Amino acid sequence: MLNYIVRRSIAMPFILLGIVTMAFLLTAITKGDPLTAVVSEQQLNNPEIVAAARQRWGLDRPLPERYLIYVGNLLKGDMGTSFVTRRPVTTDLMARLPATFELVISAMIIGSVIGIVFGLLAAYYRDTAIDQGARIFSLFGSSVPIFWLGLALLFLFSVKYQILPGPGRIDPRMSPPPVVTGFMTIDTLLAGNFTAFKDALSHLILPSIVLGWTVAGTISRLVRANMLEVMEREFILTARAKGAGELRVVLRHAFRNILVPVLTVISYSFAYLITGAVLTEAVFAWPGMGSYAVTAARSLDFPAIIGVTIVGGVMFLITNLLTDIAYVLANPRVRLN
Amino acid sequence: MSVAETTGPASAAPLLRIRDLKVGFSSHGKMLPAVRGLDVELSKGEVLGIVGESGSGKSLGMLASLGLQARNAVVTGSVVFKGRELIGRPRREMRALRGSEISMIFQDPLSSLNPVMTVGDQIREALVLHNRSMTKAQATARVLELLQLVAIPQPDRRINQYPHEFSGGMRQRVMIAMAIANNPELLVADEPTTALDVTVQAQIMRMLRDLKEKLGLALILITHDLGVVAGHADRVAVIYAGLVVEEAEVRELFANPRHPYTRGLIASIPKLTASKDKLYSIPGAPPMLGALPEGCAFHPRCSFAQDVCRKVAPPTVELGRHRASCHFAETLPPWGEPARAAQSEEPAHG
Amino acid sequence: MPLSSVQASPTRIRLPQWASPAFVVGGLVVLFWLAATLVPSWIAPYDPLSLAGRRLQPPNATYLLGTDALGRDVFSRTIHGAQHSLPIALLVVASAVLIGSAAGAISGYKGGIIGAAIMRLVDITLSFPPILLAMAVAASLGPGLGNAAIAMVVVWWPVYARLMRAQVLEVREREHVEAAVAAGAGHFRILTKHILPLCWTPILVSATMDLGQVILLAASLSFIGLGATPPTPEWGAMISDGATYFYSWWIAFGPGMAILTAVLGFNFIGDGLRDYFDPRSSK
Repeated sequence: MLNYIVRRSIAMPFILLGIVTMAFLLTAITKGDPLTAVVSEQQLNNPEIVAAARQRWGLDRPLPERYLIYVGNLLKGDMGTSFVTRRPVTTDLMARLPATFELVISAMIIGSVIGIVFGLLAAYYRDTAIDQGARIFSLFGSSVPIFWLGLALLFLFSVKYQILPGPGRIDPRMSPPPVVTGFMTIDTLLAGNFTAFKDALSHLILPSIVLGWTVAGTISRLVRANMLEVMEREFILTARAKGAGELRVVLRHAFRNILVPVLTVISYSFAYLITGAVLTEAVFAWPGMGSYAVTAARSLDFPAIIGVTIVGGVMFLITNLLTDIAYVLANPRVRLN
Repeated sequence: MSVAETTGPASAAPLLRIRDLKVGFSSHGKMLPAVRGLDVELSKGEVLGIVGESGSGKSLGMLASLGLQARNAVVTGSVVFKGRELIGRPRREMRALRGSEISMIFQDPLSSLNPVMTVGDQIREALVLHNRSMTKAQATARVLELLQLVAIPQPDRRINQYPHEFSGGMRQRVMIAMAIANNPELLVADEPTTALDVTVQAQIMRMLRDLKEKLGLALILITHDLGVVAGHADRVAVIYAGLVVEEAEVRELFANPRHPYTRGLIASIPKLTASKDKLYSIPGAPPMLGALPEGCAFHPRCSFAQDVCRKVAPPTVELGRHRASCHFAETLPPWGEPARAAQSEEPAHG
Repeated sequence: MPLSSVQASPTRIRLPQWASPAFVVGGLVVLFWLAATLVPSWIAPYDPLSLAGRRLQPPNATYLLGTDALGRDVFSRTIHGAQHSLPIALLVVASAVLIGSAAGAISGYKGGIIGAAIMRLVDITLSFPPILLAMAVAASLGPGLGNAAIAMVVVWWPVYARLMRAQVLEVREREHVEAAVAAGAGHFRILTKHILPLCWTPILVSATMDLGQVILLAASLSFIGLGATPPTPEWGAMISDGATYFYSWWIAFGPGMAILTAVLGFNFIGDGLRDYFDPRSSK
């Protein structure tokens, strides 16, 4: 098992290189003039900036050499300078990554909890109104355009009923806490500012529900299907014959047996969450990677777009590796072989 | 063996008395009867064999008695255990009863054990569920003791292993250890040896018998194999299509079967002595759920069947402690087979 | 009890096996949107691009879904939006299926360096979050619905390559293929006559479901501003417009419901197809 993880970790850099290569080719091939991929339109007339960019990216060299320079720059953490913010893309992304993580993790927790609970209920009360309700809920989640759902919920809860705050991470009138982890909820707590913490949390609720909903459906369907299968197995009868209560039978005996597929689907859902986060952040003005990507795409800010894409790919890879490790740990049979 | 002692004078109240137990499944607005009236009794320390083909309702009846029927099943009748009526008892009380006073083991020990829990955890759970105050150390000590009792070598190492690391026979021993963890008074063994190798079957049966003696258990042995019953039961109830068609002490049943179905079953036990004989089997197949023939359910497969059998359900005829549900229970020709109750199932090496 | 009494069940309308209720509902919804694609002016009362009445009116009897900031009828625009959604989705999925299946079939049948190279490309493409890759490609090509479609094909073909490769690897081992090899059939013939015809079912099911997902992705790209551009009545772009006039909720309501129903429709059909082809998968 250790072997397997080591092998996967060795393969990682190669796929990373593939991701980088793909990102390079995207700009190198699609753009007629590679200069337009690293220098914004307004600055194309500025000979100093143009010369500096040529030098930095080796734009007058042949393609293979440019590729090497590109990879070299990346290794130094240089993804170019954003046309829009005029700051290094790496700096921008580092500043925005925690906001996205906070949203995605919170959505993952909400989505998993809702998905698992609904899945368990749907399986236990199969073919009843509860089952049908869970099915409709899940279908809706996977079919609704997330940006529209976000707008609709924002309109309902923030404008119409005024239960929850509007877009953003924290009330703009409130002074944000000093950045420690970059997670607004944690930083406000660390600063001991409980009012700000409550405000940050209430800002997190709506986007997390919107984002979590999209994966809750998939998770609940999978939990249901697997539970139906497991509840028919004989060891469930054994557990009941032992005198175990239904809650214990469902959670400790049945659910533990489907942990592996559930963990797998939850980490797969990470892909959907990243995708969904892009749009959710755009709707909720959430200052993370997703809204950065959207702004970049709207203003054709290539260094920023490519930077986000690479970081997104890397995040994907790491999650998949973690999934595999979790998979191995959760399954005693795999662990022992 | 101890047939005579255990069935001595009829004791005051039986440990378990099942009367007219019916289990049905509703399907498309119709009721499909699976168990049509189970009547059996069991005294303390007694071994009752319940024999029937698969689908005869033998397991279903016992599961329903313990409140373990499927959700769409409808159960009526009476099951009295130690003077308490179990049918209609609140679920919480049934849970308290299961695994402490009445335990069960099942056919396939691999699928009956939870694959993602260690063997120790599974036995410990049976203990802790019924003794909330038990500490973890106490429970572990008791688990080790139980594993020793069912002759599992190196219990302190085995306790932390998963079911797939055990052999078939070892798994069934684990199931037994789990079942006897709380010193139950009744153990229901549902085809306990069917999924095991022949040599292991004998070991498991010996173990059940030893434990019965040691712990004073009453045992219900559910099986499709009259041979298993012959060597180990005190009394036998033969079930066909959801009804007890014959019940008698084991020697009496083999010496003097009064139901043609029982005769067919006895005739189809493989014989060690006459190995050249072709194995007998009862012609036809048991009726499908909800497609019961009229009259006696067995008549389409019965060589003695007359017109009356096709029209009228047979009465239960009592012949002392022997009862049979057949129109011709008293008039069937004498049974030619020698009584082989005791000698047929003793394994060559024990 | 006679056997027949068990089998008899209450009289009810018997649908063919493939036509589950969900399949029928999905089919009707999709038919509606197909009609909207082909003959939108039969359904929509107003021109989608020109002024129909006072601006920013909430839904009423004349303007079923209200009017937008330029006084255009939202309902008519929503109906016309099908034209900018369904054909693109079909085109994207069809192209992805063709490219992906070809790549997957070659990789699965031939293996070797080419096969491995194709699969590495697939792995790498699939290791990007789909929307980010689509955004990057679309941005590199420049805004516009056509470029967005190309971007979506780039993102989607590897899914089918994987699916097809797995199918081909399995079918290749079957006896009738070995027989064809023994009979001296050429590679092309074996692949096209003996292997591929057996591989289409999962691709078809997956493609139907993906039609819905592509509609969603296309709308997302337009919402971001990388797909359709104003004044095109594309659903995602209309929602983006609605976001600008946030308090006039009805501007986004129509196109949102349009996406939701179209995606649900294709999901229902896909579900029905899967149950029909592989009854075991339904529980």
